[in-house]
Amino acid sequence: MSNTTSSTENSMLKITDLHASVEEKNILKGLNLDVKPGEVHAIMGPNGAGKSTTGYVLSGREGYTVEQGSALLDGVEILDLEAEDRARAGLFLAFQYPVEIPGVSNLEFLKSSVDAQREARGEEAYTSAEFLKVAKEACKQVNLPLAFLKRGVNEGFSGGEKKRNELMQMILLKPKLCILDETDSGLDIDAMQVVANGVNSQRSPDRSFIIVTHYQRLLDYIKPDFVHVLSDGKIVKSGDASLAKELEAEGYSWIHNEPADELEGDLL
Amino acid sequence: MTEQIDKALEREYEAGFVSDIESETFEPGLNEDIIRRISSMKNEPEWMLEWRLKAFRVWQEMEEPDWAHINYSKIDFQAISYYSAPKSMKDKPKSLDEVDPELIRTYEKLGIPLIEQQMLAGIAVDAVFDSVSVVTTFREKLEEAGVIFCPISDAVHRFPDLVKKYLGSVVPTKDNYFAALNCAVFTDGSFVYIPKGTRCPMELSTYFRINELNTGQFERTLIIADEGSHVSYLEGCTAPQRDENQLHAAVVELVALDKAEIKYSTVQNWYPGDENGKGGIYNFVTKRGICHESAKISWTQVETGSAVTWKYPSCILKGDNSVGEFYSVALTRGAQQADTGTKMIHLGKNTKSTIISKGISAGKSNNSYRGLVRMNPGAQGARNFTQCDSLLIGDQCGAHTFPYVESRNPSAIVEHEATTSKVSDEQMFLCRQRGIEPEKAVSMIVNGFCKEVFKELPMEFAVEAGKLLEISLEGSVG
Repeated sequence: MSNTTSSTENSMLKITDLHASVEEKNILKGLNLDVKPGEVHAIMGPNGAGKSTTGYVLSGREGYTVEQGSALLDGVEILDLEAEDRARAGLFLAFQYPVEIPGVSNLEFLKSSVDAQREARGEEAYTSAEFLKVAKEACKQVNLPLAFLKRGVNEGFSGGEKKRNELMQMILLKPKLCILDETDSGLDIDAMQVVANGVNSQRSPDRSFIIVTHYQRLLDYIKPDFVHVLSDGKIVKSGDASLAKELEAEGYSWIHNEPADELEGDLL
Repeated sequence: MTEQIDKALEREYEAGFVSDIESETFEPGLNEDIIRRISSMKNEPEWMLEWRLKAFRVWQEMEEPDWAHINYSKIDFQAISYYSAPKSMKDKPKSLDEVDPELIRTYEKLGIPLIEQQMLAGIAVDAVFDSVSVVTTFREKLEEAGVIFCPISDAVHRFPDLVKKYLGSVVPTKDNYFAALNCAVFTDGSFVYIPKGTRCPMELSTYFRINELNTGQFERTLIIADEGSHVSYLEGCTAPQRDENQLHAAVVELVALDKAEIKYSTVQNWYPGDENGKGGIYNFVTKRGICHESAKISWTQVETGSAVTWKYPSCILKGDNSVGEFYSVALTRGAQQADTGTKMIHLGKNTKSTIISKGISAGKSNNSYRGLVRMNPGAQGARNFTQCDSLLIGDQCGAHTFPYVESRNPSAIVEHEATTSKVSDEQMFLCRQRGIEPEKAVSMIVNGFCKEVFKELPMEFAVEAGKLLEISLEGSVG
């Protein structure tokens, strides 16, 4: 696939006028966002603003219907692709509540994921021995005991363990764009720090992050380049990391009065 | 998501081909004369014929059972042919070289090599084609260890005392309608005897194939494990894809004498019929084992085929300290119906039983677990543990659980756990978001659900069973 086109030069993700609905209810109402390689963008906003929906729409979850707009991942339109093909194109979503898959070992799940993506790129699947080595390394990186590779996917994991497991998947899959959906929810400060350190270790000039969060506290640990406020399906305000502090201090109620169109203009 | 999974569930039945083999097949119909002819085809002694005729008279007095949670059109027993055998088998080939190559090719296509050089090391195979056993491999090698593994029709001639003593001793003729019918018309199956203190040197397996149209298969298997012996036996079954229903009514009897152990595994993949329930095998099977003192019988079954399955592999725990186990995976899809489970009858002291049942329903299918745990007054200190899990795929299928518990001994302990779950949107999305194809995701989730049962299967079969589920769940996704 071609890496870039002239119109989206240097964009890792370029979302233009995205409208999307869930069960016939419009949630996203003209979302614009431009994320350059290596950047970390935080999307904040009140409950019901469409934060999680943004992650699901981009990753192709069923039940989330795109009404109009475009999303180019590294120059490739992803909104027409199946969920698995978006993943193979380099999009990774870290879930707010990772689901359990009883009886399927973490190792098997990880290998299936990595192999599916390798095969899509025309690379050979790992042998079991090769993969075990790689997986053990990733396990150590996120500070999970090796026994977790043998356990069922997220089966009986604590909240923190689940999030570290997500991080391990990210490390193994090496995505271009990571969307972290409320990764801090259900974590105490220590667990959040571990996860944040893991994310920071994965920052690189050719990988971008979108951090979806309700609270500012995660951004103390993962410092964003840009902060956007999402309200009623649109970005209504953008700024640097200091905007997050402002929101923390003043809450979200004041943003509703801002004229949204003007602010969006700044982003384009 | 339902639509997507349904598509993922579409499959082809790989064993659905018909072999071009000239057969000698009885005209349809059931009467005393047919039974005499079956007996004479097998050149049976008088006592065997008498046993059959007695069973036939019992069957005529019985009624077809209707308590199971299944719906099927009435079986016309006069429209079935009760004997069919490849003509080439009439001269009783002495060695594999004399067996019709088409028969050997049939088994090869099914993945069961019968030619010595290609055989799977460590597995002896009895290949039963319609009503006769085509070949039994490794017979000599087994006989060196004193193990008898031969078609039951041979055993009637060679080991009449053992057959007379044990045939019908676990499943009496009048046990049920289909068992009585089997006693009257059974054609072939395997006979196994493991001598005292012997560990059978290889896995024994029987592969049943129905080929001829409108023919019933009535197999009869008898396994006797003498004191302190050990045997692992595997059974596989397939049939061609046809629009007509075909009846398979088998009886399997296991006898585990003191301290003996029998492990009996089945991978059942009879033709299941099409999406709308046209065609497929009616599988009405009676399987039961008796455990003497400190003996153990373990049933493991993976049921993916048949239009209708009616099957309850059971254990009579007669001897003190004996152990019965039942591990089952039953997958139904399309219009398949399964009513399957087990009976654990605790008679002896400190007897123990374990039941792990995994039912997977997809499409418009119905999948029922039916199990009886009975603690008789003498079953002092007996224990049972039952775990019964159902997995639903889609929203048009049914999963049902019918547990029966009868405890007549206050010291006996019976535990029952049951769960019902769905392959959830979240699970599917997690897999796909990580790059995994939907078909692969469903099969991975289902395999995970079945893990506790698969680990009980012998290695070769565990792989086959996993693949079978994968094939069952395979299909194109748009």
